[in-house]
Amino acid sequence: MMTEDGIRLTGEQKRLRRARSIAIAVALAAMVGLIYWVTIVRLGANVLNRPL
Amino acid sequence: MSLAERPDLMTTDPVTWDGGMGSVGDYIALLKPRVMSLVIFTAFVGMMLAPGSIHPVLAAVALLCIAIGAGASGALNMWYDADIDRVMSRTAKRPIPAGKITPSEALAFGMTLSVGSVVLLGLLVNWFAGAFLAFTIFFYAVVYTMWLKRSTPQNIVIGGAAGAFPPMIGWAAVTGGVSLESFILFLIIFMWTPPHFWALALFKSGDYRAAGIPMLPVVAGEDATRTQILLYSLVLVPIAVSPWFLGFAGVTYGIASAVLGAGFLGLALQVYRLRTGEAARKAAVRLFSYSILYLFLLFALLLGESLVTRMI
Repeated sequence: MMTEDGIRLTGEQKRLRRARSIAIAVALAAMVGLIYWVTIVRLGANVLNRPL
Repeated sequence: MSLAERPDLMTTDPVTWDGGMGSVGDYIALLKPRVMSLVIFTAFVGMMLAPGSIHPVLAAVALLCIAIGAGASGALNMWYDADIDRVMSRTAKRPIPAGKITPSEALAFGMTLSVGSVVLLGLLVNWFAGAFLAFTIFFYAVVYTMWLKRSTPQNIVIGGAAGAFPPMIGWAAVTGGVSLESFILFLIIFMWTPPHFWALALFKSGDYRAAGIPMLPVVAGEDATRTQILLYSLVLVPIAVSPWFLGFAGVTYGIASAVLGAGFLGLALQVYRLRTGEAARKAAVRLFSYSILYLFLLFALLLGESLVTRMI
């Protein structure tokens, strides 16, 4: 029978890791939104000005 | 030694790990939120006083980056100072001494946020402000925390520069440079820092002595500290009024800063005169509490005047 090698997390560690993972995901999504928003602000009306 | 020669790393048995115990709140505590709020406020005042304009979205991004950079340097400070934080009552409950976050987790967190905040500020606002933020983080984490704090009683005098830079970074975010006006904002916080922290050190000197930090009352004695507090206060008050006679603040600020300064000098004089017993301790506590209100009101007045001027 195979056993799992290496570090074994406790239930509490797993719960805290999940909460941290969600916080990191929210922060990354916010950063993507922020960069998109600033790009639009910096380009301004030029965002529509492109040769067809 | 190769991995093959390290039987301890070759184990196939599951092992436990003492890391990974930090909650999201513990990581937020690493950022020193109270210090961050003061940094955000003073940087915002710097931005509002700066000539020219900045798009509100870019202003918000600049403030966010400055706040995260300040928080990151706080995390690096807690990583390096975990050994002395454990000894002092004021800091013993911080996440690392409390065993919630390991030093290596705090270091990784602080470095990630440092690089992220500098790169974002540089790319999205301007590179002068980004470089200034990088220098401020370096100054606080390396020059103050790693070098000055444990080696000289002038630690908070020179290290205070790190806390005084945010309004200059805010100004730089708008203008792309520095000027006499932004330097005066820096100077107000820079000269305010020694009397503020030495007043704290007077009634917490036991903590600093136990931790082996060479704060002025520990090294030079309480009387010398009281003299230094008074001297720095005498220099601080005219500098705090100077935005008025240099012409970038109005008469309301001029009068109010002079009145507030008189209060500051009065309390510094009390600290100088009352040297023993409970009365001396209370005088130091009063000056410490008032100094926080004093700095807040000075910057709030500058902000208020600038908002009124913009609306007229």
